[in-house]
Order: sequence, then C-alpha cells, then structure tokens
Amino acid sequence: MAKRKTKRTTNPEHPRLPVLKTYKMFVGGKFPRTESGRHYTPRVKGRGLGNFCLASRKDLRNAVVAARAAQASWAERSAYNRSQILYRIAEMLEGRRGQLIDELEIQGATEGQAASEVDQSIERVVYYAGWCDKYQQVFSSVNPVASPHFNFSVLEPTGVVFHVASENRPLLGLLSLVLPILAGGNTVVCLASSTRPISAITLSECLATSDVPAGVVNVLTGQLAELSAHFAGHREINAIALDRPPRSKNSIAQSIRETAADSLKRVHVYNLNWARGENQNPYLIRDFCEVKTVWHPVEQISSSGPGY
Amino acid sequence: MSLANSNIETNLTMKPTLDPNWPSSPALESRDSVRLAKSYGLFVNGEFTPSSGNRKYWTINPANEQRLSRISESTAGDVDRAVQAARNCYEKQWSRLRPAERGKYLYRIARLIQERSREFAILETLDGGKPIRESREIDIPLAAAHFFYYAGWADKLPYAFPNRKPQPLGVAAQVIPWNFPLLMAAWKIAPALACGNTVVLKPAETTSLTALLLAEIIQQADLPPGAVNILTGHGPVGQALVEHPGVDKVAFTGSTRVGKSIQRALAATDRRCTLELGGKAAHLLFADAPIDQAVEGVVNGIYFNQGHVCCAGSRLLVEESVSDEVIEKLKQRMGTLRVGEPLDKNTDIGAIHSRQQWNTIQQYLESGQADGATMYQPDCPLPKSGFWSRPTLFTGVSQSNRISQEEIFGPVLAVQTFRTVAEAIGKANNTRYGLSAGVWTTKGSRVLNLAAQLKAGVIWANSYNQFDPASPFGGYGESGFGREGGLHGLSAYLTY
Repeated sequence: MAKRKTKRTTNPEHPRLPVLKTYKMFVGGKFPRTESGRHYTPRVKGRGLGNFCLASRKDLRNAVVAARAAQASWAERSAYNRSQILYRIAEMLEGRRGQLIDELEIQGATEGQAASEVDQSIERVVYYAGWCDKYQQVFSSVNPVASPHFNFSVLEPTGVVFHVASENRPLLGLLSLVLPILAGGNTVVCLASSTRPISAITLSECLATSDVPAGVVNVLTGQLAELSAHFAGHREINAIALDRPPRSKNSIAQSIRETAADSLKRVHVYNLNWARGENQNPYLIRDFCEVKTVWHPVEQISSSGPGY
Repeated sequence: MSLANSNIETNLTMKPTLDPNWPSSPALESRDSVRLAKSYGLFVNGEFTPSSGNRKYWTINPANEQRLSRISESTAGDVDRAVQAARNCYEKQWSRLRPAERGKYLYRIARLIQERSREFAILETLDGGKPIRESREIDIPLAAAHFFYYAGWADKLPYAFPNRKPQPLGVAAQVIPWNFPLLMAAWKIAPALACGNTVVLKPAETTSLTALLLAEIIQQADLPPGAVNILTGHGPVGQALVEHPGVDKVAFTGSTRVGKSIQRALAATDRRCTLELGGKAAHLLFADAPIDQAVEGVVNGIYFNQGHVCCAGSRLLVEESVSDEVIEKLKQRMGTLRVGEPLDKNTDIGAIHSRQQWNTIQQYLESGQADGATMYQPDCPLPKSGFWSRPTLFTGVSQSNRISQEEIFGPVLAVQTFRTVAEAIGKANNTRYGLSAGVWTTKGSRVLNLAAQLKAGVIWANSYNQFDPASPFGGYGESGFGREGGLHGLSAYLTY
C-alpha cells in the first residue's frame, strides 16, 4: 500500500504503524461499500493505492435514487443559498489542503503539480459559488414578441446528471464539471477517476461535512466499461457529462450516445484542459439547463402596444 | 391567434345558437395566382436540376385526393452533390461574406416572402390541407418574420455570447415535417444562414411545394449558389443527408421515433444536433379561470391545424368543480367549428394531412373507446372525398390510456379532472414529453408557480399556441433538445 508522507514522528526509534483507510463510496450522504462486495486495486508506479469499491449496477441505481430524491429541493433553494452552500465547500477544502496535496502525490503527481491542482480546485469552487445567483440574469431574457404578451425565457436545471470524471485530473477535473452542474440546480452521480480515485473520496468527505444536502452529490468508484450501458440507459438520468477524449477507448462515447438516444438524454463530451482559465465559464452551467419560455397576455385597455 | 385572439375578452355565457348544418356561402380563395408546374426538380447550387435517379412521385391535395404535381425523389448522388455545393459555397463565399451583407440577403428573402405571400398561402393549403385562414394569417407571416428577425442578428452575434467568439459550424443538414412546411423551413434556414452556415434542407415528402417556391425566392434574392439547397424525397433521403460525412450540423423537427434514430445514427460522430420532437401537452384549467376564454383557448390549442401540431394541447386537466360546465361549453363550441374545404375562408378545421395520418387517428379513436373512455364528436357534415376527421373529445380518460400518453397528431382532446394543484401538476408532468403546457387561472401567483413546476419548454398562461421569432421554442425530455427562435436559437448554429 502507498505510504503517506509523515511530516512528524513522535518517537523516531519506534515508528508507529499507520492506520490504513477503507475507501468507500458516497451515496445519499452516507458512505456505503459496494453492495456487490467487489473491489479493485489501482496501481501507480507499481504500488497499489488501496482496495476501492467496484460499483455495481445496483450501486448505480441506488445513487440515482438518491440524486433524484434530492433534486427538486436542491433546485428549489434560493440561488443565494446554493451560492453559500458551494462557498462552504471551498472552506472545507481549504482545511484539507495538505491531505489533498499528499493524496495527489500518492496518485502520481509531483509536489508542484499537486499543490497547483488543489489550489486551482479551491479557486474553482469559489468561482462557481459566485455564479449561482448570477447566471440566470446573464442567460435569461424578456423577448420582444409582436403580439400583446409578456414573454420571458429562463433557465431550469435539466435534472439528474451522470458525470464520468476526468481520468487524469482526479480533483480539478471532477470539480470542474460537478460545480457548474450543481450551480444550475442539478444533482449529480459521479464516477470517479478509476486509476486515481482517492481524491474523489476525500472530496466526498469534505462534502459530507459541508452544507451540501445528502444526495446532491454522489460518488461511485469503479469501471466505466462496466457501468456505461447502465447509466446511459437509466431513464431517471437526464443528462451525461463524459469527460473523455471523444473517440478514445473503443469509442465508449459512441456506445453511450447510442444507448442514451433511447431516452433522448443530453450527452455532453468534454475534452478540455481544466487547468486553463477559460475552461471555467458559465456556459458550462448552461449546458445542464433547459430554456423555459413563458407567455402571458397583457391587458389591452389603456395601451395598444405589445408591452415589452 | 387562430380561432380566437386570447387577449380579447369573450363573453359567450349564452349558448351559441349556430346550427352546425346551417349553410354558409362558400368563400373560396381563388387558385388563380398559383401556377403549378407539371413536375419539379431539386434545388442544388442555385439551380433547379433533375434528380440523378429521375424518379418522381405525386404530391396530392389531401382535401380531394387530386394530384397536384410530380416531385423528384433525390438519390444518394444528389445528396452528395448538394452537400458539396453547400460546402463550396460555405468555404468560398458565405463564410467570407461580411456579416452585414449576409443579413441583407436575409432581409431580401423576408421581403420577397411578404410580396409573394398570397401564392405561398394558397400552395400551403393546397398541398397540406390546412385552412387558408391559418396559412394566410399564421404560417406565411411568421415565416417572413423569422427571416426578418434573424437577418438582424447576422452582424451582431458577438453581443449574444459574452466573452466568446462565435463562429459558424459549416454545412447544416435540416429535415422538416409536413405540418408547417414553409414556417419550419424558415425556422431552420434563417438562423443557419444568419450565423454564416450554408444549408441542405429536406422538406417532408408530402409538402415540397412551398419549399420549392422558397427556392425560387432564394434565386430571386440572388443568394450565392449553394448557400441553400433543397432536396425533395422520402425518409431515406433525410437519413442519407443527416448521416452524410460532409455535414457539420443536423437539425431535425419531427417524430420522437425518428429523432431518437438520428441521435443514434450520429453517435459515432461529434456532429452537433438539435431535435424538436413530439409532445403531449396538457392544459390546466382551474375553477377561477375565465371559463369562456379558457374554452376558446383549449379549442384553439387542440384543433388548430387539425391537431397536427407538436405542441398541441391534447390533454385537458380541468378542476373537478367546473368540469361539467367546461365540457358542456367545449361541446357547444366544437359544434360551431366548420370542417371542410381548406381553401374556404370560413373553414376552421381543414383536411387531415394524409391517408396514413387519418389511419393513425382512427386507431387512436378506437383505442380510446376500447380503453373505456367516452367519445364525443359534433354532428358536422364532412366532404365526400379527401381525408377528414371531426373534432373529437374524450371524457372519462385515465392516466394510463394510450390517448393520454401518446402523441396522436390529430384533432383529439383527452379530458381528465383534478382536485388539487399538486394532483394537476403530477398528472401534467406524467409524460415522457415536455414540449409545452397551458395554464388557465386568474390567480397571478398560481400562474407563476405552475410556470415553474410544469416540466415543459413553453408555458402558455391564459393563452395557447402563440409563436414569435423572438421567443425560444423547444422541449424537455423526449420532446428533444435545443431551442429555435430568439437569441437562444443562434447557439444551435455556432461554435466558439
């Protein structure tokens, strides 16, 4: 098992035996192991990272049930409240900064890379926390129709999103899509990086102790190839965020899109360098929103024009 | 906008005394201003050309089953040719044109449609069966308005997408349905051209005539050859077009079944796609609504264009305390609707679009009765030839009946009742579709609550079936994705 960096020891002559961690998933605000009892051991430079849950179809379905149950009340919160809840995540991450850096190093990053990824991740949380109560004004409109109607368009969340997280940026990549998905009022089930799953689990622990309601974020660990047909076909999932080079891995994007067509899911494939500043933007929030347009007649007694 | 302008207060508390069999003098629109060719070719690279396969089929008038003209069936070679023409034009001319100039071409098209609107209206009614009043007052003016609206966007795109650099996608493949032939062509072509793309459009096989007249206008407007290409023919032509490797963008309006097959067919590509598909919209009618006005709106919502409307209000959820009154008034109002010759300016309900669609509607009428619902149709006379369906209302419908779950695409209304707001919302949202919904109440806070709770892309409150080029249109769930109209409609045709 991978060794953690020990900065201080109490007694150099008698090094203590570290306590190893059992890694669990994060579903409905709880930390279950997989119901299937299966595990896998990702390795970095030949060393195993630990025994991680190999999520089953049943685990996936449980996570979707949790995400669906949480969705309406998450969307109904005021934008200001969602903003504060997201900001609280940044506070939690700041406190775990050291641990998050250590774990990225264990998963293969250099010290510099790890520190930079963690810092950018925290900045990104603050960035999207600020968007929660602003994107609606940027993207909404009052539409100047010719007839005497008041007509406006607003964004609403698409619903439950399944997110296949970045393989290579286990923390920054995951947050770079989870945050806009949450900001827009959706709930999410994430499949963590399969080769570097530790950061997603530590992030889950931060979320569990933050103000994010149970079920709003759910994190599974496991294999994309094993789960893709199940989430692509699940009718309670409304959209898929696939963070993969579009045509890699025997065209997993293709098979996901094919199956997703049965329920007309919105499938977004991303292949962005999340370290770049321009790849944080409110257009990612809009990707997981639907435009709703509302018409209402305007009384035509004292005026004769259409109104707006 | 069609049967009654919803902003005009109506007060039909008295029972209408109009006898449905009361004869009216025919007020037929003259066909004189329309000259139909014996047959039509394809419009490729700015010219009308025969299909390479030389196969033709008849397009008929559904009101009398008479043959109108022969339409060319495109081949795979024609699809190649059209996509190539669109590509050439995109690379050499259209994408290099100054945006303001692109806009001026679109303004020209808008004006030419207005100038020739009479021809367009008559052709639309002859070929599709819709009442001339609707073609003249809705389809054609709205089509012109779409070109006029998007013309102005051509040189203003950076203002629509802050902090981005919008760029055209390339060649857009567009496949449209038969229910609003010219209007759907305008919805597709106008934003595509405004954003700097070129177009290959396939109209529905049964309604090619106005698309081909539009091609003539595009020639008259002197657009660069290849900017717009129009391929006629049946489903396989559309399939070959959307799957053609030279296409950068697919836009489809039509059935959910075909929409899914397109999404599946494009799975191996990163081609952009927008789908505007079916619906099963519900009206929610509350006891505090102005009942007469609401009845007028419900009638407009389902019987407009024979119910051949993706956003047709095909379900009525009415609050139990007023359901008897509402159903009685609906029946009275249905009794005054005139079904018949679409070219007659008195006609409210025209011809069912095709024998195939007529068969589909009959199957649903049988299914509704077999499931135990009670069917009502007014006793109105129907013409001898052609395809006709009386306006139909089902009561005693349950949530699981096919007539309350599946899109019929005909003049058939399924009525259910509710007691609480929560029940109404639950029933309205109990559908895979999510295109539109109607709300009838005088309570402002309830309008705004329901507008937020109903899972649909368009909410018509105390109104129904309103359309405007500035207003985004499109659905949730299995009604498709992407929006047409307004600033939102631009993003389907841009990359950044």
